[in-house]
Amino acid sequence: MIHWNSVGDFLAMGGYGFYVWGSFGLTVLIMAVEPILVARNRKSTIARLKRQLRADARAEYRSTAE
Amino acid sequence: MTDRFNLYRFASPATFYPLAGKLIPWFVAASIVFGLAGLWLGMLVAPTDFQQGEGYRIIFIHVPASWMSMFIYLVMAFWAAIGLAFNTRLSGMMAQALAPTGALMAFLSLWTGALWGKPMWGTWWVWDARLTSELILLFLYIGYMALTAAIDDVRRADKAGGLLLLVGVVNVPIIYFSVQWWNTLHQGSSVNLAKSSMAMTMLWGMLLMALCFWMYSIAVALARARTIMLERERHTDWVRAELAGEQK
Repeated sequence: MIHWNSVGDFLAMGGYGFYVWGSFGLTVLIMAVEPILVARNRKSTIARLKRQLRADARAEYRSTAE
Repeated sequence: MTDRFNLYRFASPATFYPLAGKLIPWFVAASIVFGLAGLWLGMLVAPTDFQQGEGYRIIFIHVPASWMSMFIYLVMAFWAAIGLAFNTRLSGMMAQALAPTGALMAFLSLWTGALWGKPMWGTWWVWDARLTSELILLFLYIGYMALTAAIDDVRRADKAGGLLLLVGVVNVPIIYFSVQWWNTLHQGSSVNLAKSSMAMTMLWGMLLMALCFWMYSIAVALARARTIMLERERHTDWVRAELAGEQK
């Protein structure tokens, strides 16, 4: 069922290894990095919004205390 | 507001946000399953191509990436039309969330195309109709992101970006039909419902990879949309409640 005779065969891709793995390599890299960037951006956005929310709450407290 | 089931409720970020959060893990799981199955068929089982040897295996990412680059653009243009016609908040957020993924898909299409073109045509790049119109698609994505980022007022940014998307939508049929309309180096469509030129394992490998790219794109876009929603709706009660919940 498997088309290849050996791992070396598979990696060589019939002489097209550079082109095939260059294509798959960058695709895998992008599909790994993009979700990480999205998750990071989400974390930093939530942290920033929470800071703003606390600052707003403090300002409101001060203005009502006076 | 009544509690009755109502489609418009899903157009509200407060409803969409938790729903998207629940759906994302399923799309991620589906993407992984389809991806593994597609790679198994395409890279391990599918036979050698009689013309292109093993080099043809680039098709298993080139075609899905190219399809997604066009389809994501159409979805963005659809949201742009909805946003301009009905002034809905959600539409601008969805277009914004899809743009980076669409741009990456267009880039991957060009990148894998270059790596395929070099051994098969003897060149990384030619200025023919298919390649040039796909490059224009990448520039449309970048232009949309730059334009919306440059305008401070979110509503006006959405309107301007939406107009750009709608004008640029003519490019999508040009990409799709370019191989029929013009004489080009790029080969014709590999998938033909009447008579496919591909072996069954090749075809299924490619379709599974396309499903993998679909699920991936939906998952990433939904995740990005959720962050955009928090940011844009930060003054509403539901975001405050959501942020308070995040502290635990």
